[in-house]
Amino acid sequence: MQHQGFDEISLYVFLLAGFLGFELIKRVSPLLHTPLMSLTNAISAISVVGAIIIAGSGEANALSKTLGFIAVTAATINLVSGYLITDRMLKMFKKRDGEKR
Amino acid sequence: MAETFVRLSYLLAAVLFVFSLKWMSAPSTARRGVLAGEIGMLVAVVGTLVHHEVVNYQLIFIAFFVGSAIGVPLAYLMPMTAVPQRTALSHAFGGLAVALIGTAKFYQHSPHGFTLVAVVFETLLGFLTFTGSLMAFGKLQEILPTRPIVYRNQNLVNLSILGAALVLGVWLIADPQQTWIFPVFSGLALLFGVLLIIPIGGADMPTVIALLNSYAGLAASAMGFAMDNKLLIIAGALDGSSGFILSVIMCRAMNRSFTNVLFGAFGQLQVSESKVEQKPVRSATPEEAASILESARSVIVVPGYGLAVAQAQHKLRELFDALTRRGVDVKFAIHPVAGRMPGHMNVLLAEADIPYDRLFEMDEINGDFAQADVALVIGANDVTNPAARHDKSSPIYGMPILNTDHARTVMVIKRSMNPGFAGIENELYYMDKTLMLFGDAKSFLTALLRISGTGYATPK
Repeated sequence: MQHQGFDEISLYVFLLAGFLGFELIKRVSPLLHTPLMSLTNAISAISVVGAIIIAGSGEANALSKTLGFIAVTAATINLVSGYLITDRMLKMFKKRDGEKR
Repeated sequence: MAETFVRLSYLLAAVLFVFSLKWMSAPSTARRGVLAGEIGMLVAVVGTLVHHEVVNYQLIFIAFFVGSAIGVPLAYLMPMTAVPQRTALSHAFGGLAVALIGTAKFYQHSPHGFTLVAVVFETLLGFLTFTGSLMAFGKLQEILPTRPIVYRNQNLVNLSILGAALVLGVWLIADPQQTWIFPVFSGLALLFGVLLIIPIGGADMPTVIALLNSYAGLAASAMGFAMDNKLLIIAGALDGSSGFILSVIMCRAMNRSFTNVLFGAFGQLQVSESKVEQKPVRSATPEEAASILESARSVIVVPGYGLAVAQAQHKLRELFDALTRRGVDVKFAIHPVAGRMPGHMNVLLAEADIPYDRLFEMDEINGDFAQADVALVIGANDVTNPAARHDKSSPIYGMPILNTDHARTVMVIKRSMNPGFAGIENELYYMDKTLMLFGDAKSFLTALLRISGTGYATPK
């Protein structure tokens, strides 16, 4: 049901995504490095997808269900708190408003 | 049909994640970036839930609920000073999730070949990120001592443990029937995470957090290889390169190499007394400081983490407002390692409502110090030490610093003459143009504001 051989395409995808990441992150203003880190944190909580497949699979045994449950919970914590705190931080960044001049 | 939907949802999510990071580049589009990331995540999760293999929803929804119940307060109740701790904690959760999935996959599917290679990487990175991040969390939260914990042959021990884990990993890949190897291998990975972080001092935490961020991303990527899921590979690679770039920036800002951060145990070498000769310093009262600031045309403020420790950001904002109203040009010079994680100081100042277009990074502003009437240093130390430029014997020699000493007058708010975190004397304090303003940052700023009260209150 799953291939066990060497997967060349996946490696290409990994390398290209890595290069793309370098180009994108280089452009991020140092001003936003903290929100950037919490955003990438939230994005890497995409592991929740794998956790759901393991925990929810019909053939999952007790061990898989337990580990999968913990994993879904942990990833959900990251996902929820990561996006929310990033937005909370970004809301604080304001330009000088007109009234002060 | 459902299968196509799943695949398309992953493709869409990958595109949205890329846009999310792209929009993160500037403050004006950053919130749109967060939204794109959220939609991408939602699409991917919904897509996964209709996946044909997924049949048990009850367990998953309970986990969603528990995770949200913990995640929401974590996001809203965390003070901004504690953002580095939260970040470390979320790296730990991320590592744990990935490692547990790897473990479940190993025991349930008995993988071999390329998939097993991926599972081995996934578990190794996941577990070491988990314990390493927990240690970083402990140090940042000051549950654990922030000083480096060192013992003899530490690097040898660490490398042997990593080596042993790798040998076991290769053995397992060569002979997947030897399932006893897996728990031993996992144990070594967990142990290595702990040992990797304990010799690292508090000053190096920005680099370490960024590095753990990178590991967490690579672990997610490895998981993508193990599950043949391109979305995971892409998201993990984006996260991995982000963490890597940030840690390189942090290393450069301290003029250190990766190996030096990981194996150097910074901060314990300098216990040796630096020349303790009593040099004279000039100090000034709040009255004198206030009158100098009032007559200045341009002021550059150099904030350090000490500012946040003293909870003085909001007083600083008031001073900023008062000076701006008088027509003084006030800028803020942010050193890359000013806070406890990359970009931390910007968030702390933004929280105090200081407009972000007044915050300048080191390279942008270093040329402006020569034209500045006053450089006001609050809670920063090593990043202003001119010794980094010329004193080859100084531990911080070569570190890029803010050219605070080029300003016409330098004022430093500091509790006492005690050397800072790294225990290095700061030459800046002994210069003729430097005025030491002794006191707690918050009370000194309060005094400054009170003294010139009426003068500041009326606009010119």
